[in-house]
Amino acid sequence: MSKTKNSNWPLYKKILKYIGRYKILLLISLIMAAINSVLALYLPVLIGKGVDTIIGKGEVDFTALFKVIKTMGIIIFISALSGWIMNALNNRVTFDVVRDIRKEAFNKLQRMPLSYIDSSPKGDIVSRIIADIDQIADGLLLGFTQLFTGIITIFGTLLFMLFIEARIALLVVVVTPLSILVSSFIARKTHKHFIKQSEAKGKQTALINEYVGNEKVLIAFGHEDEAVEDFDNVNEELKHISFKATFYSSLTNPSTRFVNNLVYALVALTGGRCCVKGLMTVGQLTSFLSYANQYTKPFNEISSVVTELQNSVACAGRVFELIDQDEQSPDNKDAYVLEGARGSILIKNMSFAYSEDKPLIENFNLDVKPGQRVAIVGPTGCGKTTFINLLMRFYDPVDGDIIIDGKPSSNITRKSLRLSFGMVLQDTWLRRGTVRDNITLGREGITDEEVIEAAKKARAHSFIKRLENGYDTVLGEDGGILSQGQKQLICIARVMLRIPPMLILDEATSSIDTRTEIKIQEAFQTLMEGRTSFIVAHRLSTIRSADVILVMKDGHIIESGKHEKLLADGGFYANLYNSQFS
Amino acid sequence: MKSLLKYFKGYIKECILGPLFKLLEASFELIIPLIVADLIDKGIGYGDNHYIIKMALLMIGFGLVGFVISITAQYYSAKAATAFSTKVRSALFSHIQTLSYTEIDNLGTAGLITRMTSDINQLQNGVNMTLRLFLRSPFVVLGATIMAFTINVKAALIFVVTIVLLSIVVFGIMLITIPLYRKVQKGLDKVLGLTRDNLNGVRVIRAFALEDNEIKTFAGENDHYVKIQLLVGRISALLNPLTFAMVNLATAYLIYRGAVKVDTGILTVGQVVALVNYMSQILVELIKFANFIYLDIKALACADRIESVLLIKSSMKEGDEEEGDEGKKGQVVFDHVSLRYDKTQDEAIENISFTADAGQLIGIIGGTGSGKTSLVNMIPRFYDASKGAVYVDGVDVKDYTYEGLRKRIGIVPQTSVLFAGTIRSNMKWGAKDASDEDIYKALKIAQAAEFVEEAGGLDAPVSEGGKNFSGGQRQRLAIARSLVSCPEILILDDSCSALDFATDAALRQGLKEMDNSPTIFLIASRTSSIMKADLIIVLEDGRVDGMGKHEELLKNSSVYQEIYYSQNGGRDNE
Repeated sequence: MSKTKNSNWPLYKKILKYIGRYKILLLISLIMAAINSVLALYLPVLIGKGVDTIIGKGEVDFTALFKVIKTMGIIIFISALSGWIMNALNNRVTFDVVRDIRKEAFNKLQRMPLSYIDSSPKGDIVSRIIADIDQIADGLLLGFTQLFTGIITIFGTLLFMLFIEARIALLVVVVTPLSILVSSFIARKTHKHFIKQSEAKGKQTALINEYVGNEKVLIAFGHEDEAVEDFDNVNEELKHISFKATFYSSLTNPSTRFVNNLVYALVALTGGRCCVKGLMTVGQLTSFLSYANQYTKPFNEISSVVTELQNSVACAGRVFELIDQDEQSPDNKDAYVLEGARGSILIKNMSFAYSEDKPLIENFNLDVKPGQRVAIVGPTGCGKTTFINLLMRFYDPVDGDIIIDGKPSSNITRKSLRLSFGMVLQDTWLRRGTVRDNITLGREGITDEEVIEAAKKARAHSFIKRLENGYDTVLGEDGGILSQGQKQLICIARVMLRIPPMLILDEATSSIDTRTEIKIQEAFQTLMEGRTSFIVAHRLSTIRSADVILVMKDGHIIESGKHEKLLADGGFYANLYNSQFS
Repeated sequence: MKSLLKYFKGYIKECILGPLFKLLEASFELIIPLIVADLIDKGIGYGDNHYIIKMALLMIGFGLVGFVISITAQYYSAKAATAFSTKVRSALFSHIQTLSYTEIDNLGTAGLITRMTSDINQLQNGVNMTLRLFLRSPFVVLGATIMAFTINVKAALIFVVTIVLLSIVVFGIMLITIPLYRKVQKGLDKVLGLTRDNLNGVRVIRAFALEDNEIKTFAGENDHYVKIQLLVGRISALLNPLTFAMVNLATAYLIYRGAVKVDTGILTVGQVVALVNYMSQILVELIKFANFIYLDIKALACADRIESVLLIKSSMKEGDEEEGDEGKKGQVVFDHVSLRYDKTQDEAIENISFTADAGQLIGIIGGTGSGKTSLVNMIPRFYDASKGAVYVDGVDVKDYTYEGLRKRIGIVPQTSVLFAGTIRSNMKWGAKDASDEDIYKALKIAQAAEFVEEAGGLDAPVSEGGKNFSGGQRQRLAIARSLVSCPEILILDDSCSALDFATDAALRQGLKEMDNSPTIFLIASRTSSIMKADLIIVLEDGRVDGMGKHEELLKNSSVYQEIYYSQNGGRDNE
């Protein structure tokens, strides 16, 4: 623990930077906290004074009592008011800080290189932005509300007690740390159980994700009983670990309460004897007893705040790790804005590797004339998708250049480069929202007519029309009710909405029946007249009419040319082609 | 929650002992102010030091006993809560295994996963806190009031009024904030959904240069979420100051009334102090109770969600037939079958009849959404026919036990899912007792043997979802998995879409040469994959457009013709 504390300092500084924006609010909150806790502490003194006006039968000093009660009324009012203001301000600062961090993290995500996003589990990134940031909020809120009031209360109580009777105060001071010792001892002992618990939970969650997430496959293979067996094993293990963690951690409260009771009894004992000797009044003893009760409370609170804060700092670490990731290199200042591209693409000596020891594309050369249809074929893993990643600058080549309209693509703004390509991928992506939103992708200024026109070209209009609410039908996560093919049609409609100068179709029609595909191809073809396009496909009908067919294998172009030429060459392509009709 | 109570069975002792010990501990706490009162009145009043020491020791003794008792209480609570949640979790998981595709479609797997994980965790927490606090806090409040009554009835009435007022404030604030908390949760769900969507669609978003749009949308939802949080925060921020003020005002009044009573000799000073102490005990307990109620309400909502899943019964009834008609082994018959997923929707399959004989290859082809998958999903009884009947081996699929039916059938779904483990453990899904030899045989047919060898053989690790293999490799592994059991009937649901045509062709050849010659249902998008089939079913909008052999269909089925010519250029290519 102590080791991590020092290295956590930069993290604290980062959080403080965000909090710093709300300095004034926080300052007011601190003042309110001070007022609130000092006044709350003063109340037992007043109660004691009130008790002291009551001496016995016929011996009550009512004028003094009324004065005390009046003061109590005022103090209660101010204390409650300041408490409320403090709470409200703390809420405000916390949620605003967290909003800022979350926004920053999300914005960061938009500038992250794809290599990071592709290589990190998505669930992990999501949990950083959602769960971890929420934990920061919990920690901050508790920290703001309880840390400062707690500290003031401890010192305030001490002062008040010293004023009343120094010796008993010392007794309290000496014995109370026991409760902290006890609770930190328990916390340390429990820590390892908690770690075990979260490991066991993680294991179980993974199993649930896998089994329940693929329940249909489970059913198809009659694997239900085995799944229950697997699950029960993990579950039983969790039960024992979870019991230990729960039980041991729940020892803290009884233990500290016991120490409190001990302190209470000792104060009653020594205080009572002081009263007998006339060193103290009964009223003062009453105040003392209530202080003895209160004094330990902030200690317990602070220790729970510290746990919570440690938790938050761990989460903050994960969040800032994301925020501090290297961004994709920004566009050059004088980067060229590609508009109305003619579509000549020249690739010279390009190499690429996802990891340094495994070169994927080596010494790749290609010359595409404006308006050419380029089909790419080859076995799985030959580098087709990587080639497209490079064209779109999702990844940058390790070596060599892609030159578009005479400009190296590394010197074209990413935005204008990507907008010059229309891209449809095999992996369909639809978001929660209406069909219309999924076609326009939230861009404004697109009329209904344009949307319908695009859908018609993509052959999606007829099925959309038949949906319950037509274009306003709300789709669930990942398209919900739609079939894979229908989802692809919607993705194609997106591109049809604004036909760009160049086109990339990566298995874009793999789930669409061939008749519809032909119609879509026709629509594309008329629109793509004179525009450069890249098509990755399995279907020969699509490939055959291409101007150039690139046959790729292991990151190299091994054959290229027109269909007829390649067939006549009798090479790899000819083999592929003939095998389809075996 | 009610129907979940049965999962406490076997732990009823713990459920009773836990709260009971808590109450015992609380009783000791309640006596303390009386001891202090005695200490003041008798000890200090008469200057009796021995009495003071006696009382102090008594308090320490009570504290010690209370400590032991409360640890016992925590022990039983923890035991009951963890045992309960373990049982609920196990019951829920087992229950999910009994659901059919229809229920899974309705519930969604993401929802089921949340039920299994965070909902049950919260429930466990809630049960634990309930056992510890639910009885304790009201008991202390009530006990303190009763103790006050034993001291003085009139003074105790102040307690009654205070508690009523406090309850109004506490429950009032809760009534306002609880629905708001639900809104907060919804807000968070939205932010979460946006983040996940953004990550999943990162390529599309960047391709369309929509980053700025995304940032704007996210900022909007994020702000909205924070706004509700702030509203709830502002209201619940009232709770503590209000209860603090009320209890202390009541204390002030109590001192005044006490003073009057001491003056007339009805009460002693010690008794007034005791009353004041009881009042502050009430404050402490109330704050604890309010926090606990929030937790409990959340836990109850979770319990309801879990319960609702447990109450869903499978819409299918399992039959009891284990074996089919030996003479009709491998035969599949559709007899006037229709399928409707949902009452509000049109029929996905309309009145289809055909017979597939043992060892035949049945090709199924048709446009996107024409009902190909729906058709084959009725063979292993993933969905029940809404009209007509499906027979496998001469017996209605509804009469089989699930295992009896599904062990006959190997299926390769559209999306190929693998499970974390090894190649071997995945292959054994098909048949538990498969030997390595069986597995290799299946891998060879599925054109997967080569890359499995390269990956390190059958012990090569498979990560969750099979992410360490490419799409095409996953498909081939999924095919091999369904072949391991040498099924009588094999269903390939467009399972070759990620394969290049050379591999696809080799695979089809391999299937043809299988020893046990299963009846194969092959959903395909290319006519070339099925042109040699014994029977081709051409579907269009859930109806049969044509059925027969390739040559017949080329003559009779306009849909088939269109598909064929769209893939083969034109008539002259024939």
